[in-house]
Amino acid sequence: MVGVTAPRPRTYKRTAQGAARWARLGTRGLLYVVLIVTSLLMVVPFLWMLSTSVKPDYQIFEYPPSWLPRQWNWGNYARAWQLAHFSRYTLNTAIYAGFSTLGQLILCSMAGYAFARLPFPGSNVLFVLVLATMMIPFQMLLIPLFVILRYWPLAGGNNIFGVGGTGLIDTLVGLTLPNTISAFGIFLIRQFSLTLPSELADAARIDGCSEATIFRRIMMPLMKPALTTLCIFAFQGAWNDFTWPLVITMSEKTRTLQLGLQTFQNQEFTEWGLLMAGTTITILPLVLIFLVGQRYFVQGIALTGTKG
Amino acid sequence: MGFAQATVGGRSALVVHPPRRKLGPVVRDKRRTGILFVVLPMLLFIIFAIAPMFFACYLSFTSFKFTSPPKWIGLSNFAMLQQDRIFKIAFVNTAIYTIGVVPSGMALSLAVALLLNQRIRGIVVFRAAYYLPVITSTVASAVVWMWMFAPDVGILNRALAIFGLPPQRWLLDTKLALPSVMFMSVWRGLGYSMIIYLAALQGIPEHLYEAAEIDGAGSWHKFWSITLPLLKATTFFIFVTSVIDSFQVFGSVYVMTGGGPGYATTTLVHQIYLNAFKYLRMGYGAAQALVLFVIIFVLSMINWFFLRSDVEYW
Repeated sequence: MVGVTAPRPRTYKRTAQGAARWARLGTRGLLYVVLIVTSLLMVVPFLWMLSTSVKPDYQIFEYPPSWLPRQWNWGNYARAWQLAHFSRYTLNTAIYAGFSTLGQLILCSMAGYAFARLPFPGSNVLFVLVLATMMIPFQMLLIPLFVILRYWPLAGGNNIFGVGGTGLIDTLVGLTLPNTISAFGIFLIRQFSLTLPSELADAARIDGCSEATIFRRIMMPLMKPALTTLCIFAFQGAWNDFTWPLVITMSEKTRTLQLGLQTFQNQEFTEWGLLMAGTTITILPLVLIFLVGQRYFVQGIALTGTKG
Repeated sequence: MGFAQATVGGRSALVVHPPRRKLGPVVRDKRRTGILFVVLPMLLFIIFAIAPMFFACYLSFTSFKFTSPPKWIGLSNFAMLQQDRIFKIAFVNTAIYTIGVVPSGMALSLAVALLLNQRIRGIVVFRAAYYLPVITSTVASAVVWMWMFAPDVGILNRALAIFGLPPQRWLLDTKLALPSVMFMSVWRGLGYSMIIYLAALQGIPEHLYEAAEIDGAGSWHKFWSITLPLLKATTFFIFVTSVIDSFQVFGSVYVMTGGGPGYATTTLVHQIYLNAFKYLRMGYGAAQALVLFVIIFVLSMINWFFLRSDVEYW
């Protein structure tokens, strides 16, 4: 079930002995009880969030608290959506996550494949360099990236020398561009490319296909599992990103959902019903993707974890 | 067809100037395509990762207020760091956070992985429940937990009341604020390590357990002498990556407490952020970031060297 093709350990055996069987049933019963209780504890915050978001205001602070609203109040969702430019934030987040993912899919698959299957003098050195950048904490790059984007030539009123305007600061391009490439993505695709069969490519070469055509027509389709994993990770990373948008965006027209949510709560008086509705809207897309493609999430993590 | 055209163009160029050592057309095409594929990604890497890294190192030796160009001041930033009381508090907070979150998170995720590694029905549902917090953003989790922790009306205080315990101020209490944030982090990170452990557990070959059973080993004995030793590499990987993550804690603190009350929950990255982007002392912020980098670099190196000596058992 977890996408790892190793045998599962057999931790119990069926025996005919009645007593042993009852003992085992008891153990399994206990196992289920523990699993159900702990997994419920994990989702309680989400259930409480949903519950709060659909309660009428007077019921939110009620004691003792109840899980179900006495009358369903969907107004929080409508208000959250209209207040605080939530639709604009959603669009910005979708653009940021979408183009980051697209960029990483194209650039990482090309570079990762090249490092695995198209060796050229110095390619190993470059690959090690890429791996080495994985050790840089992103927080260290915040200040230089801010400066680089501020002095980006010919953008945001800057002249060719990068002075005069504000550059790519507070633009969606500036937000997205540094996130279109990832060392992890290149590493993932390279490791996967190494496992691809070479027979098909050889046959294509005999037919006179160029390496670029082989990559596009033959290898890309074979890389689908790795590309799916990369797609999910890239999208999730950008959708949930907080630190980089916090630094690089300033106005309503570029802020993302995560920042919107955070400003929501900064106000003097917190409207919890509204805030929980906003949080639900923020979480929902990823939860839906997760429910559909749980297998790929799990595979991706197993892939990165077992062979780091 | 951009690639194909470029390749054709490159080939004709090579016919005019043949290389010293003659290469087959396939090898030549591979080289050219390889370089072509790598050029743009590497260019972006240089602009957005490698150059900024050197730039960050340079900035840490300067006084840089952003409005005027950086001014070289040698080691002054680092001398200042040693005197900085708040940075020291941030360092201690980060260390406490790491010591509190990493071991407990690992123990819990291993326990859950062991439970899920049985032949049980509905594993997909259970796994999803544990994993849900991982796909939830830092901000969303923080906001949800702020509501749980809310003084007077939060559900946690309501739960305490059932047991006759006095309500707590959680995130507003100097002593409880950091543990509250840590609690949220354990909850959020559990599912991730659990999946890695689960994959590792499923990779342990069954014949080892069968052999142990023939030797009369009980399940406790099997756990100690087979499961745990074989999880060593995985445990180490999770340990190092969790420590690295913990040292970079920022979003949850920024949203839930803003580093407060007082300086009770301020962390290394929180200080870097404040110095660089709130007080606009970018040179000083860069110096603090360099300290963080050194810590993480050492941890990553340890990780690499140990993982290389990973033993295969089957």
